[in-house]
Amino acid sequence: MDLNKQYTPRTWPDHPETATMEGKNKFVGFWLLLAAETVTFASLFATYLALKDKGPSGMELSASQLFELPLVFAMTMILLTSSLTSVYAMYHMKNHNFKAMQAWLGITVLLGATFLGLEIYEFNHYVHLGFGYTHSAFSAAFYTLVGTHGAHVLFGLCWFIALMLRNAKRGLNTYNAPKFFLVSLYWHFIDVVWVFIFTVVYLMGVIG
Amino acid sequence: MSSIAQKKGFGATIWDYMTTVDHKKIAILYLISGGFFFLVGGLEAMLIRIQLMKAGNDFLSAGTYNEVMTMHGTTMIFLAAMPLLLAFMNAVMPLQIGARDVAFPFLNSLGFWLFLFGGIFLNLSWFMGGAPDAGWTNYASLAIASEGHGIDFYALGLTISGFGTLIAGINFVVTIINMRAPGMTYMRMPLFTWTTFVASVLIIFAFPPLTVGIFFMVFDRMFGANFFDVTMGGNTIIWEHLFWIFGHPEVYILVLPAFGIFSEIFAIFSRKRLFGYTALVFATILIGFYGFMVWAHHMFTVGLGPTANAVFALATMAIAVPTGIKIFNWLLTIWGGSITFTTPMIYAIAFIPSFVAGGVTGVMQAIAPLDYQLHDSYFIVAHFHYVIVGGVVLAILAGTHLYWPKMFGTMLNEKLGKWTFWFFFIGFHLTFFIQHFLGLMGMPRRVYTFVGDQGWDLYNAISSVGALFMAIGVIIMLVNVIMTTVKNERVGNDPWGDGRTLEWAIPSPPPFYNFAQTPLVRGLDSYWIEKMEGNKKGMTFAEPLGDIHMPNNSFIPVVISLGLFIASFGALYHLDGDKPWALPVLIIGLAITFISMLVRSLKDDLGFHITKAELLEDQKRGETDGSK
Amino acid sequence: MVNGLKKWRLFALLSALLVFLAGCGQKEISTLIPAGEVAADQFNLLILSSAVMLFVIVVVVIIYVLALVKFRRSKLGDELIPEQVEGSSRLEFIWTAVPIVLLLILAVPTVYSTFDLADISTMDVEAEEGDGMTNLTVNVTGKLYWWEFEYPEYGIVTAQELVVPTDERVYFNLIAADVKHSFWIPSIGGKLDVNPENVNTFYLTFDQESSELDDGVFYGKCAELCGPSHALMDFKVKTMNAEDFDQWVAAMQEEEPAPVEGDLAQQGEELFGADGAGCIACHATSGTGTSGAVGPNLATFGDRNRVAGYLEHDEENLKNWISDPQEYKPGNLMPDDETLNGGEPFSDQELDALAAYLMGLTVEE
Repeated sequence: MDLNKQYTPRTWPDHPETATMEGKNKFVGFWLLLAAETVTFASLFATYLALKDKGPSGMELSASQLFELPLVFAMTMILLTSSLTSVYAMYHMKNHNFKAMQAWLGITVLLGATFLGLEIYEFNHYVHLGFGYTHSAFSAAFYTLVGTHGAHVLFGLCWFIALMLRNAKRGLNTYNAPKFFLVSLYWHFIDVVWVFIFTVVYLMGVIG
Repeated sequence: MSSIAQKKGFGATIWDYMTTVDHKKIAILYLISGGFFFLVGGLEAMLIRIQLMKAGNDFLSAGTYNEVMTMHGTTMIFLAAMPLLLAFMNAVMPLQIGARDVAFPFLNSLGFWLFLFGGIFLNLSWFMGGAPDAGWTNYASLAIASEGHGIDFYALGLTISGFGTLIAGINFVVTIINMRAPGMTYMRMPLFTWTTFVASVLIIFAFPPLTVGIFFMVFDRMFGANFFDVTMGGNTIIWEHLFWIFGHPEVYILVLPAFGIFSEIFAIFSRKRLFGYTALVFATILIGFYGFMVWAHHMFTVGLGPTANAVFALATMAIAVPTGIKIFNWLLTIWGGSITFTTPMIYAIAFIPSFVAGGVTGVMQAIAPLDYQLHDSYFIVAHFHYVIVGGVVLAILAGTHLYWPKMFGTMLNEKLGKWTFWFFFIGFHLTFFIQHFLGLMGMPRRVYTFVGDQGWDLYNAISSVGALFMAIGVIIMLVNVIMTTVKNERVGNDPWGDGRTLEWAIPSPPPFYNFAQTPLVRGLDSYWIEKMEGNKKGMTFAEPLGDIHMPNNSFIPVVISLGLFIASFGALYHLDGDKPWALPVLIIGLAITFISMLVRSLKDDLGFHITKAELLEDQKRGETDGSK
Repeated sequence: MVNGLKKWRLFALLSALLVFLAGCGQKEISTLIPAGEVAADQFNLLILSSAVMLFVIVVVVIIYVLALVKFRRSKLGDELIPEQVEGSSRLEFIWTAVPIVLLLILAVPTVYSTFDLADISTMDVEAEEGDGMTNLTVNVTGKLYWWEFEYPEYGIVTAQELVVPTDERVYFNLIAADVKHSFWIPSIGGKLDVNPENVNTFYLTFDQESSELDDGVFYGKCAELCGPSHALMDFKVKTMNAEDFDQWVAAMQEEEPAPVEGDLAQQGEELFGADGAGCIACHATSGTGTSGAVGPNLATFGDRNRVAGYLEHDEENLKNWISDPQEYKPGNLMPDDETLNGGEPFSDQELDALAAYLMGLTVEE
């Protein structure tokens, strides 16, 4: 593979992410990794449901008292929007418009960071209510599930930033196009997981 | 061996193996380290049998026995059986599908080093304050109550090596999906490739629940989480579910590749196409699928209620059907063939009655009400050793003899191979057959001693004698390996004479690029077809000779794994609270790992090309070498 | 070349040897000699499944042996290239369908029995018309490494030796006080786990009086690894007819224990009490009460069959045990003798006294 090969929108392949053998392999491999991640989160969700509201006898805090929807709803919208902006970035990637792609990726990162900031604020708030990690089986399950998601967001942000900086000067080629594609795929996955967290943890928590 | 490798000194060879991304060398690494852990696990087994040789024996103390018993199971499953199978997958599968390497050579190396460092970490527990002692299943209430660092070694060691296995699983699936040679359709893939494929898919879905469960345990022990603390609302049954959602598919992760190896052997040494290839493939897929539906049959006595027990009992019984299909297809493969009794073949022949015995006791235990009696007794010990030893270990031993020439270019001694077989096979049945009856007579498993005069004394003594036979068999095998390596008589492409699949069409060992020209596959048993048509080259080529793109070697996998290894010590001793150096060690270790990952990610690594001229020269040299 | 026939001779020899060796174990503990309805049901399932499985094995072995005899290369010649058969859908159908039928034969009794053995609907039903008593229930608590048996209807509690009447259903509520255990009386019926987080309930029936056995008791086991002394977490089961059982209950219910006889035993009682070594703080000597004790209840100690669940029931073992409990059950929670006796080991005389006292604790005449 020639890194110095210059592409124009005309010579740029239709599917740059799978234009090379390495790209194809990464594409399939990453989907398999997401399958493993899905099972990971499924295990975490199952555990959360089993331990929801479980604690030492006489525990007072429960999901319905703890969670407040407005903040979480805002977080949800922010993360969903960031998923959309990463789609725009990929649109420009496929059209070999590097600058536009970087710009949209930048917006995605900002939105993701906002989400993460709000999550930290939320956790901090709960801890101040006395709902720390060691408070009960419920708290352990909650923080582990939502925290694992948060860690994924953080990892995604680092990945975005590293790729953007690394390739800022040299633009798009078929060597790095799969990398950009995969991180956006990862970002969508994180988003989907959050939709489940919002539903299972927060909505179902507030309702009952 | 290529001429380049022969010129290397010892240090350079070590460095070469530490940085290699070649699937064949990684296979050798897996074989050596898996073999080492197999010996360690075998030694632990001998200690167990010495302790239980007679009633009230005090050879091992109660606590030590539990450590030995736990480490025997953990080592054999995670550090011996799986890596040894991964060795054959690595050595053979890419060759069978006509690929030059796996899809992710770098990750292949990373997977190995993670496994090795995890395994070393786990075994260091012996020297650093005590091994884990809650059984290989590590049930939560006991594991949380266990003092010392044994359980932490278990949790962190298995996490590291588990990541390695997951990476290997993903790698193999991608390889099989993307890297098959032209004409190698799914329904032309050799059965070992098929079983590798299905087992790898199982790895992808089975390992995450184990990792999650282990993380819960780590969090409970290190950060005061309460997943398994009943007084804080925790629930220990969650561990049992997560463990067995992993644990049951794990049995198939082990046994499917074993089936694959035996399928190859039956076909080769009966000189006959596999009978019912399609049925064998679908049975493999079906077994893999069912593997995830039956985990609760390990938990019939937990008190899940009659409905759950009945459902899981029926689902478990259903697995007997595809397994039976396989057995009968193998029988019909040798039926009408021309059977030659080489060492791999006698292992395969011995496998059938052994595995059938293990299978039928499995069905007996699927009968939930009967399992209330059999569960956690010596009957289950007998059952799973019939499956694991009678299936997996026999396959590993058979595979070692079968693929040794392909991996090392020289044949293991057949006579010694047969001695190994007889000692091992007789010892195996002597050890474990009788344990069925011990279980039925009321002897629970995992007991460090037993009181005499309960009708168990004689049987335990016999069982211990059997273990000695198995040990002698393994020692003979070691002698065989050493003698063979010293003699080093080179062999050609197809040393068994009846090879059917692509790996036998190329030199033993193959050149590092495997195929100078990618083969064109024209049917099942590609090499056999070419042979029957009188094609001297053994292959039809899909492309003209041209430049080959190869990946660069890399030391980064070792560094990444080493970082996690170091970090694990930090995490483990941080728990003590009185060791201020623990936290820095944890951070430094993680930093090493993440920085080296970042380096890997940001540094372009485009590999190199072997030119056509070099290939031609290599081929010429190969021809003169082969003429002796 | 290996001679296939030689191998088969060896097989036959091996199996003959095993059949010869394979007795059925001992009545006190073997699942092969069921002494209760539940174990008998399970034994029948064992026989049924073994028969079906034996059929499968016979079929496989016949095909296998014939193939190995008929198709050896030494017989067929080196040059032969066998016909490359692809398969046969008819055969595939047969060996799919027949196992399914065999499994159905097993599935029906499996499902029936699973629900039957889990049926505890009669647990709280009156046992006999009009006496207001329900079926006998025993609350079992698994502890490191001993068993506590509470009879809530009678207000009595005992340890290590379960006493039950024959010929009626006895219900068991199982819970663990520390780590997970599993409650198993092999000759009476299958096991059920003793979990720390929930009560598991099942029933057993005892068909035979244990006095007919050589050892006078059935053996019970912990079947789930629970720590170093898991192997020694044994208990014993005494079964007796309903009349004897009622007598035993009545004796247990007596608030005032029988007066201690003999000087030595009285010394032992003092040493046992709060002013002596303080054993009584953990070990009650009265049969009345509820579960939750720190140490096993000793009201029936003199009637027991074993010391510490597995040692011969004599004074020698008892004294050894008191002197060094960790030696006999590593990891158990009983303090060592020096802790109990103010920093010094018990003297021989003190041990004799304690042994005399404990051996005198009895409710059976």
